[in-house]
Amino acid sequence: MKVHVDMNLCQSHGECAIVAPDVFHLGDDDVLVWHDDVPEDRRAAVEEAVNACPMAAISIEDE
Amino acid sequence: MSTPRLDRLVIVGASLAGLRAAQSARKAGFEGELTLVGDERHMPYTRPPLSKDLLAGSQTVADTALRLAKLEAGWRLGQPAAKLDRTAHQLTLADGTTLPYDRLILATGCRARQWRGPGAELDGVHTLRTVEDALALKSALTPGTRLVIVGAGFIGCEVAASARKLGLEVTVVDIAPHPMLPLGAELGARCAALHERHGVQLRCGVGIEAILGTDRAEAVALSDGGELAADAVLLALGAEPNVEWLAGSGIEIGAGVVCDATLTSTVDADVLAAGDLAAWPQALADGQPMRIEHWTVAAEHGTAAGRNALLAPEERLPHTQPPYFWSDQFDCKIQSVGLPMLADRLEIVDEEPDTGRLIATGERHGRLVAAVAFNHARRLMDYRTQLAESVGAAR
Ligand SMILES: Cc1cc2nc3c(=O)[nH]c(=O)nc-3n(C[C@H](O)[C@H](O)[C@H](O)COP(=O)(O)OP(=O)(O)OC[C@H]3O[C@@H](n4cnc5c(N)ncnc54)[C@H](O)[C@@H]3O)c2cc1C
Ligand code: SF4
Repeated sequence: MKVHVDMNLCQSHGECAIVAPDVFHLGDDDVLVWHDDVPEDRRAAVEEAVNACPMAAISIEDE
Repeated sequence: MSTPRLDRLVIVGASLAGLRAAQSARKAGFEGELTLVGDERHMPYTRPPLSKDLLAGSQTVADTALRLAKLEAGWRLGQPAAKLDRTAHQLTLADGTTLPYDRLILATGCRARQWRGPGAELDGVHTLRTVEDALALKSALTPGTRLVIVGAGFIGCEVAASARKLGLEVTVVDIAPHPMLPLGAELGARCAALHERHGVQLRCGVGIEAILGTDRAEAVALSDGGELAADAVLLALGAEPNVEWLAGSGIEIGAGVVCDATLTSTVDADVLAAGDLAAWPQALADGQPMRIEHWTVAAEHGTAAGRNALLAPEERLPHTQPPYFWSDQFDCKIQSVGLPMLADRLEIVDEEPDTGRLIATGERHGRLVAAVAFNHARRLMDYRTQLAESVGAAR
């Protein structure tokens, strides 16, 4: 599954990094870094991150 | 013990908390009838842009829609719930239709606090809670207009920032000694400096007596005898919970709908509450029930209540995440975690005077209860984790 974050929307709230720390984290410069190719067994956590993001910046792209 | 029937889940309030509750119940496997009742005509939308990007023009109304994904639910929009009969397990809507439920989630949130002083009814006097409010306010924000904002809380401060960006003359009045009162005097002084640096006139420690004008607001009369000329006035006096419709239902009402840690009503295990409406025990405040008006709390509450509503009371999980909040004002992102308003000591632990970045911690009786950051997201995360661990929060 592909994870996309719209960096024009992301405002470094870090919700995603709390819900799915293995996929998302905030770098020291406060900028979000994430894995864009995520194993299927983490889908539930990424979906939770999608709902937790206040900016609706995260989306899942199924191939 | 026989399991009670759980075919019908009804959610009252079709905004953030209500939507998240519906999504979470479906995700947890609920296959019965799911109905959302909302008195606004709109599908769920997000409010934070109403004082920020939508006002400033960098987002449209369409951008504020919350994504529904593939939610299967019935929607009763444009219709408030008027009465709750717990014995009959039934809601009555304002048009008289009834709606039976097995479990009910209350998520009717808040409205803008009204001010009933002289002149409150004049044209050009605004409050801000809904998308209609935001559009009305936006149409008044033309360059050169004089805007007086009453209330220097987060909405007042955010609108001040948006309005300055649009080239308005902005004055903010508050009876409190500094803006952003819950953040304490030291951080409040930094907020005041931020606004003054960007050309906002701040009048702290003074109240308003009246709004003057014949048809339209023309000026605001202050308690110190002064007067401020105004083309538009925003009353940003905080929010009050939409609880009146529950009168007579026997639901315990305190600061809001009083719940236990699992967001279950203290008087009825078939009724749960979520979001701005719910008062639930705060682990950081010795279990005292409090109502918290934060976006993330409403989202987390909805998720927890939707899941818990499907379970027997003894299986429900407590919601203990420390509250997280953000506010954007000019180039400053203010973030807080925990309960800064309860701190008896707020200490700035790191500050870069050149950039305005800072991080502060709040303690109560020597225990960490809050952290506040200005443009310091990464550092705030560390405190968020620490606070969550200190109260044993589980997700
Ligand atoms: C302008 C603005 C900016 C904000 N900015 C931020 C921010 O930057 N950061 C942050 O953390 N938080 C922010 N917030 C707060 C955040 O938006 C709220 O915490 C959140 O909206 C709460 O969601 P809720 O679903 O609990 O309640 P609400 O969003 O208040 O929704 C309750 C819904 O229930 C409906 N309703 C009421 N009575 C009835 C009834 N009897 N029957 C049926 N429906 C009913 C209401 O019409 C409403 O649609 C902001 C709020 C506003 C107004
Ligand atoms: S939750 Fe959303 S806004 Fe926050 S860091 Fe993640 S993607 Fe960015």
